[in-house]
Amino acid sequence: MSTTRSPLAPHRAAGDGDAEPALESVTDPSERDLLARLRAGDAGAFTDLVERHHAGMVRVALGYVRTRPVAEEVAQEAWIGFLRGLDRFEERSSVRTWLYRIVVNRAISTGLHERRHVPVEDRELESDDGAFSSDGWWVAPPTHWADEAVDRLVARDMAPRILELIALLPAGQRRVVTLRDVEGLSSVDVCEIVGITEGNQRVLLHRGRARIRSLLEDQMRG
Amino acid sequence: MNDQDESFGGHETTCEQAVALVTDYLEDALTQEDRARFETHLSECALCTEHLRQIRISIAALGQVRVNDLSPRTREDLTLLYRRWRNQDV
Repeated sequence: MSTTRSPLAPHRAAGDGDAEPALESVTDPSERDLLARLRAGDAGAFTDLVERHHAGMVRVALGYVRTRPVAEEVAQEAWIGFLRGLDRFEERSSVRTWLYRIVVNRAISTGLHERRHVPVEDRELESDDGAFSSDGWWVAPPTHWADEAVDRLVARDMAPRILELIALLPAGQRRVVTLRDVEGLSSVDVCEIVGITEGNQRVLLHRGRARIRSLLEDQMRG
Repeated sequence: MNDQDESFGGHETTCEQAVALVTDYLEDALTQEDRARFETHLSECALCTEHLRQIRISIAALGQVRVNDLSPRTREDLTLLYRRWRNQDV
């Protein structure tokens, strides 16, 4: 085979290098208004922000801590951090990105997650792409389920089951998949929040999605 | 970029190579040449096409998790937290 490099190697320098990481999301007008009301002491503005962001903050915290009660606690502490830092927030990112960064910092600094002194867990490096022969063809091809499963899987009532599958991912994949595919943030924002490079983000996203696909396939069989 | 010695080695794309590139493809991070080779492979390979569809369904399923329902207890906790902050209690 004449392949000369890993197909997972980044194909472009864009996003990996020297450009200042400009966050794609800035504070939108409705949030600017909410912040102004909050700074003026309007409790209703806080309630609105909580309705918009709290559930996502708990999901993001679950990338760092194992149980929901602890994630809930981290998210509540993050709100305190947010309120305390309100006057310093310069609205150069979205409120959501800012809140998620506080959540991540809280989760780490309170020592609630079991820190590992290796940058990437071994399991992060395992590929779930599938089984291939030495010359690169499918050995265990994906079973055919996309047609029959789409309505069933992409349904609201699957959400609790999908959350359980996300919890099975190694931490790095769990964080990236949650922020990208659940919360719908851009790769730039995810790199900023998690503190990883664009190339690393893409590898974790690839492996996380591949693993979720493989877990869903198991569900189809079961 | 010299496309002759890029990742696909200039001729046939294997399934393993195609599957490894799925995320770069969805992220629009492939060179034009690699994208064309990837799409050619898909047009000839039902298995990799099914795999890509399953990845897309997985992403869509993950998107369904984004529910913002809060329990009354959480609302209550956070209202209290706000009052305490206002009273400079936290």
